[in-house]
Amino acid sequence: MAPSTISDLPIGPAPVSVKYTKLFIDGQFVDAVSGRTFETLDPRNGEVISKVAEADKQDVDVAVKAARKAFDHGPWPRLSGYARGRILLKFADLLEHHFDELAALETLDNGKPLDLVKYVDLPMALRLLRSFAGFADKICGKTVKIDGPYHAYTLLEPIGVVGQIIPWNFPLIMFFLKISPALAAGNTIVLKTAEQTPLSALFCASLLKEAGLPPGVLNILSGFGPTAGAAISSHNDVDKIAFTGSTDVGKLVMEAAAKSNLKAVSLELGGKSPMIVLDDADVDVAVELAHLALFFNVGQCCVAGSRVFVQEGIYDEFLRKAADRAKRRVTGDSFQSGVDHGPVVDQQQFDRVLGYVEIGKREGARLVTGGCRIGSRGFYIEPTIFADVEDYMRIAREEIFGPVMSVLKFRTIDEVIQRANDTAYGLAAGIVTKDLNSANRLTRSLRAGTVWINCYHVFDPALPFGGYKMSGIGRENGKQVLYQYSQVKSVVTPVESPWL
Amino acid sequence: MKSSILNSLSMGSLWTLPLVSETFPTVDPRTEEVLADVAKADVEDINRAVKAARKAFDHGPWPRMTAYERSKILLKYADLLEKHNDELATLDSLDSGKLYSQSQGVEIPHFVTRLFRYYAGWADKIHGKTLPADGPHQVLTFHEPIGVVGQIIPWNFPMVMFAWKVAPALACGNTIVLKTAEQTPLSACLAAKLAVEAGLPPGVLNVVSGFGETAGAAISSHMDIDKVAFTGSTETGKLVMQAAARSNLKPVTLELGGKSPFIIMPDADIDQAVELSHFALFFNQGQCCCAGSRTFVHESIYDEYIEKAKARALKRVVGDPFKSGVEQGPQVDKAQFEKILSYIDVGRHEGANLVTGGARIGNKGYYIQPTIFSDVKDDMAISRDEIFGPVQAVTKFRTVQEAIERANNSPYGLAAGVFTKDIDTANTFSRALRVGSVWINCYDVFDAAIPFGGYKMSGQGREKGEYVLHNYTQVKAVVTPLKNPAWL
Repeated sequence: MAPSTISDLPIGPAPVSVKYTKLFIDGQFVDAVSGRTFETLDPRNGEVISKVAEADKQDVDVAVKAARKAFDHGPWPRLSGYARGRILLKFADLLEHHFDELAALETLDNGKPLDLVKYVDLPMALRLLRSFAGFADKICGKTVKIDGPYHAYTLLEPIGVVGQIIPWNFPLIMFFLKISPALAAGNTIVLKTAEQTPLSALFCASLLKEAGLPPGVLNILSGFGPTAGAAISSHNDVDKIAFTGSTDVGKLVMEAAAKSNLKAVSLELGGKSPMIVLDDADVDVAVELAHLALFFNVGQCCVAGSRVFVQEGIYDEFLRKAADRAKRRVTGDSFQSGVDHGPVVDQQQFDRVLGYVEIGKREGARLVTGGCRIGSRGFYIEPTIFADVEDYMRIAREEIFGPVMSVLKFRTIDEVIQRANDTAYGLAAGIVTKDLNSANRLTRSLRAGTVWINCYHVFDPALPFGGYKMSGIGRENGKQVLYQYSQVKSVVTPVESPWL
Repeated sequence: MKSSILNSLSMGSLWTLPLVSETFPTVDPRTEEVLADVAKADVEDINRAVKAARKAFDHGPWPRMTAYERSKILLKYADLLEKHNDELATLDSLDSGKLYSQSQGVEIPHFVTRLFRYYAGWADKIHGKTLPADGPHQVLTFHEPIGVVGQIIPWNFPMVMFAWKVAPALACGNTIVLKTAEQTPLSACLAAKLAVEAGLPPGVLNVVSGFGETAGAAISSHMDIDKVAFTGSTETGKLVMQAAARSNLKPVTLELGGKSPFIIMPDADIDQAVELSHFALFFNQGQCCCAGSRTFVHESIYDEYIEKAKARALKRVVGDPFKSGVEQGPQVDKAQFEKILSYIDVGRHEGANLVTGGARIGNKGYYIQPTIFSDVKDDMAISRDEIFGPVQAVTKFRTVQEAIERANNSPYGLAAGVFTKDIDTANTFSRALRVGSVWINCYDVFDAAIPFGGYKMSGQGREKGEYVLHNYTQVKAVVTPLKNPAWL
């Protein structure tokens, strides 16, 4: 494929200034103990946005101490659920008040189009916060009948100091996905943002005091995995850790948790999710859905529909239309309205994705469109489609995390079930079909935590989300995420009772 | 402040309906004078309200918007109720005679505004299930809104009763036709106006003022109302249920009367027991469905209890509910006033010992002295019938078993109070008493999360908590066969 003829994309100056760059510990913005900082870059042009305080083990210790004090002695776990809910709702209102500034900051740090942040990311973040605020006063245990003359009941108690490590692909959504249920359940938090995208969480932190969150309840550290992240995972005074990121790092987190104090672990990891198009599907609808499933957020989604299985009857037509659709993606300055294809987040991802394009070519997949960089600045990559991909190819097995779609042909439902499940991952799956029986059969056969039928990327605070197999442990969202952030205590007393 | 609120409401209950022929007066129980003339809904008005609610349900946006959208509107409504806290409290106190400090400082903020916020939070958490079937079938349940809901509320806690009914019904996506009590129509008029301001679509909440025999009966027997929820006397509750059965078999939930026992064990701290049992009966001028109206005192502390209870009752400050320091206002109206005084006469005739009180206070307003009868026997009318006034009936008991039997010997079963330090006694009583709420070493604790309702003739169904959501949803099971399921 010839290199892109698009000349340098016109990238404007950032329309927002960065105000908050320090660590947020015990209700204050502070420098790192070591004084060290690191740079966060603008993915549109690779330039430095700002220096940000870099947390290390010492800072994790300080933050955990603050969170422990706030949990053991502070008001937060002792407030009624209602009072906690009111504070979280106030926080949501304050964030909404600063909507435009926060949205712009997210685009600046991550590179995702401002349109998407305004219509998808930030509204979903607020939705998460508000939904879990409404749960704070509804966390129930039960009274339980047991096999003898006993009065028995369960209490759901906050778990304590919770460590949370979030990724860079949806900084705001990931932040609120993690903190909302943890705070609603009465815990205190030490959270590390991704080093690629530290800015939006710090801006949110600046509003916590006004919202009424007591100091030490939510502590936010910017920093790197091998230092700050490892320190949190292995800290003996952190009661639970929740991590979202790659499967490789997830394994390290779980090991560290086990080796230190056996803290409870929940993980949201990678995926290689199958998008299965049956030949009874409307091809145009299927093309659009598969396009959304892979290219949304320039392919930087744990649930990206990165293996598109197309039934042979419509395979050629699908490919033709998919290529056309990919070419129609609008790239440019993420702050420009109408842009839907931003840059990938940094140099490392950029190199990795282009590396996989080379691998795909070498492995013999057919490059239908894309494959090159766009422009000469920033980390823009063309929407790319490989056809005739075989299951053994690395581009069919490994998570690329970029705008590279792999299309595979299949003949029967039984075959595609077996091939779709033939992966260590199991995060999500998409099915495009009109047939009720096919839909039901596939739904129950696919070993994946979310199955989207004739849709994709539908998320809701009420709908549990998480992975089978090496895509993760535990579920976020839904009522039962509150169990991940609570401990269950059983209480028993002997009783003389007219009934048992 | 009071007169300006009344002026702005003089056509208050009319604003949802363009036409009204009749009005009725609502009276200030402190002075027996008319506060305002209020539109009187009759059968035609109920028909019109039901039509509006039906249209809003079948075709309007309310059941079709996302639960998140509904919750935002309910949160906005709560903010407006909070903003108008004092006005709503003033209206309730003027209309019912309840203490202003109670309505302003407790009822509106903690049991009205709080409740709307609580149910706003439930709106997007109403889940059905997927169920394992006994064969190759996919089974789901939906918890759908029930439709047009008829609600009839009493006068003892006007705004609180409004909130208990309206908040969960709306959170579940229903539309409502609500009739207030004829004694206390005013506050709901303002509340209805605020609902529109909050963004509730037209026809979703319809509020009418009127009488039970006309408007209430029309609601209970309406063929196009899908469910009725009633709070009031057991007698009227029976009529509501009959009307519901005879018309369209609409499901019925009822919160009715009670004659709740308050049981004091000998290990209790007697001063605390006196204070708590005093509160359990005399709160809200004795006008609570769950008033602790039969006080069972262990014989070993009986005499001391009577002496202290008498002293406490004599100290009770009765007067203008708007004055600070007052503990007891007037009874709600003439009918209640006369009924209570006649029960006091009955008590005397039956041979109970009048310890204190027993008479009217002053010659204007429905004020009655805090009254205590002792040596009350279980077969006396004052021990069996709900008096709904400031009349405490005290009786002696010897053993836990005896207290349980006598406490349970009532067609009612709404609540009970138990005063003891002992774990085993507390556990025994809490399981043995056939009542919907057991309060141990406390009374009248009404949190949004705590379900409330009666055993036996005190009612059917529970309000508040997650439990009330069952009342306002229909369960639909959806079944599809599965071909070649991977697992069952």
